[in-house]
Amino acid sequence: MDTLITGRVWVVGDSVTTDAMYPAFAMKLPVSEAARHIFYELRPGWTDEVETGDIVVAGRNFGLGSSRPVAALFRELGIAALIAEEFNSLFLRNCINHGLPALTVPGASAAFTDGDTARLDFAEGWAENTRSGTRLDAGALPPLVLDILANGGILPKLAREGYIPAPAARGH
Amino acid sequence: MGMTMMEKILARKAGVDHVSAGDTVVCDVDMTVMIDLQFATGWVQPLKINDPDKVAVIMDHAVPAPNVHDAVGGTHARTFARDFHIDKFYDVGRHGICHQVIAENGLARPGEILACTDSHTCAGGAYNTAARGLGPAEVYSILCTGKTWFQAAPTIRYEFTGTKPNSVSGKDIFLYIAGTYGDATNHNLEYGGPGLASIPMNDRRTIATQGAEISADFSTFPIDDLARDFLAAHGAAPGSYTAADPDPDAAYAAVRTVDLSSLEPYVARPGTVSHNSLPVSAIEKRPVNQCFIGSCANGQLEDLKIAADIVRGRTVAPGVRLLITPASQEVYKDAMRAGYLQDLADAGAVVTNSTCGACFGYHMGLLAPGEVCLTSSTRNFTGRMGSPDAEIYMASPATVAASALTGHVTDPRGEHS
Repeated sequence: MDTLITGRVWVVGDSVTTDAMYPAFAMKLPVSEAARHIFYELRPGWTDEVETGDIVVAGRNFGLGSSRPVAALFRELGIAALIAEEFNSLFLRNCINHGLPALTVPGASAAFTDGDTARLDFAEGWAENTRSGTRLDAGALPPLVLDILANGGILPKLAREGYIPAPAARGH
Repeated sequence: MGMTMMEKILARKAGVDHVSAGDTVVCDVDMTVMIDLQFATGWVQPLKINDPDKVAVIMDHAVPAPNVHDAVGGTHARTFARDFHIDKFYDVGRHGICHQVIAENGLARPGEILACTDSHTCAGGAYNTAARGLGPAEVYSILCTGKTWFQAAPTIRYEFTGTKPNSVSGKDIFLYIAGTYGDATNHNLEYGGPGLASIPMNDRRTIATQGAEISADFSTFPIDDLARDFLAAHGAAPGSYTAADPDPDAAYAAVRTVDLSSLEPYVARPGTVSHNSLPVSAIEKRPVNQCFIGSCANGQLEDLKIAADIVRGRTVAPGVRLLITPASQEVYKDAMRAGYLQDLADAGAVVTNSTCGACFGYHMGLLAPGEVCLTSSTRNFTGRMGSPDAEIYMASPATVAASALTGHVTDPRGEHS
């Protein structure tokens, strides 16, 4: 598994809730349309600017709120990874289970601004700002979590293990 | 070193002698609860599942279906329940908000693990269950394999002392804790102490439920006489479970004492409950457009009784909408038999079907820009209940009911009929 990721950075603040990323009205829509409403109030128009391979950097308590699978929307937009000072654990698990690397990086809020390029290795547990040269240590992910990410998420893993029809894993 | 309640349950279910904060373990899950939303978006029926007796399907978030998207989800849920012989299927008519249905049917058992596709699953901690919300993909995985992993978080213990005044509810205790101590991200919450005996089961569930709003992993209470009696009345006989008590030398990230006798009703201001609440006597008397009593946190029979006692014989203020959502069809029927729904409707309240609808702004009771809502539900996030330009204050059912009568945020202690 390639665990090194490089991408352009978008920075959001502390305690960004799941309701701010996957509002209730978007839950009535297919994932492809729902993804157009991430940060609908926080950063209107953001989903038009974001490109495949970009990275979102957040502050403390990222993803407070619901079990709604925000990670599926980020993946739909092509987001390559999330970095945060601190994740809500339900949100973090959702990211991993949808195959979206999510790295806890203390000091990340101060180290990045919009448009910077982040380089990270989620197996080794570090992230750096290639513009400023700042390199930060991150909590390394447990082997069990790396295994889920290596499978591309939990549903492809289940498909491989014979619990669901193989083509269906992509539909989630 | 001893173990906290949560560490004990995780160790037991992982088949290991000891778990401490930071350990990652793979555990057997005793009960997996799936909700209607899970069947509405991206649903694929599995080829095989672990054990149908360890699965419940509860229709709650979008029932009766407010749109075709959710109607199709209902079809998927019914097909799944039929094909896999899921006996614990709570379809429309037997339905209710899943955490209420879980409580009514003894699905959350002491010392066991319960997983469900809703973030307020920590509600089950009121019954000493390691219960937590997990995303739909993970719950699907547990459905298939019967297992998942946890990384044990450090635990914060709240030690209750004194006696809870009658005018103070579980919501007020929670808003005090959230307002005073703020978020508990990546921590477990454990409650106990000599004051616990004065907190009834419905209030414990409110407190456990709202651990989600301060970003905690698990919230757990011990089993005492009140809990034992509650469980016995809901299908979990005392000899049928092994509760998890913390060891005297368990390690805690913090131990905080709350003197219940010193508390009064609290109100949270819009946006968050974290460091954002004030005693009702100290908060601005903000005019309100909508008052809501409902949700997994506060749509219980006791909550409806409190509201009915306050509004009985009186009238909701002009320009105010009072919405009441019983937490389940069972609560609805009990509240109807007891006359609470009659009292509430006579006062001008709208009693709705049991659903999560208004709490998460999905269907029913949405707010317009510029409106102010006072809610006893679970979340006061911006945009949660409709327009992001509406404001959501949070308080107990008593404070919400009293405020509906006056039209502004009101101390309920002067409003009992």
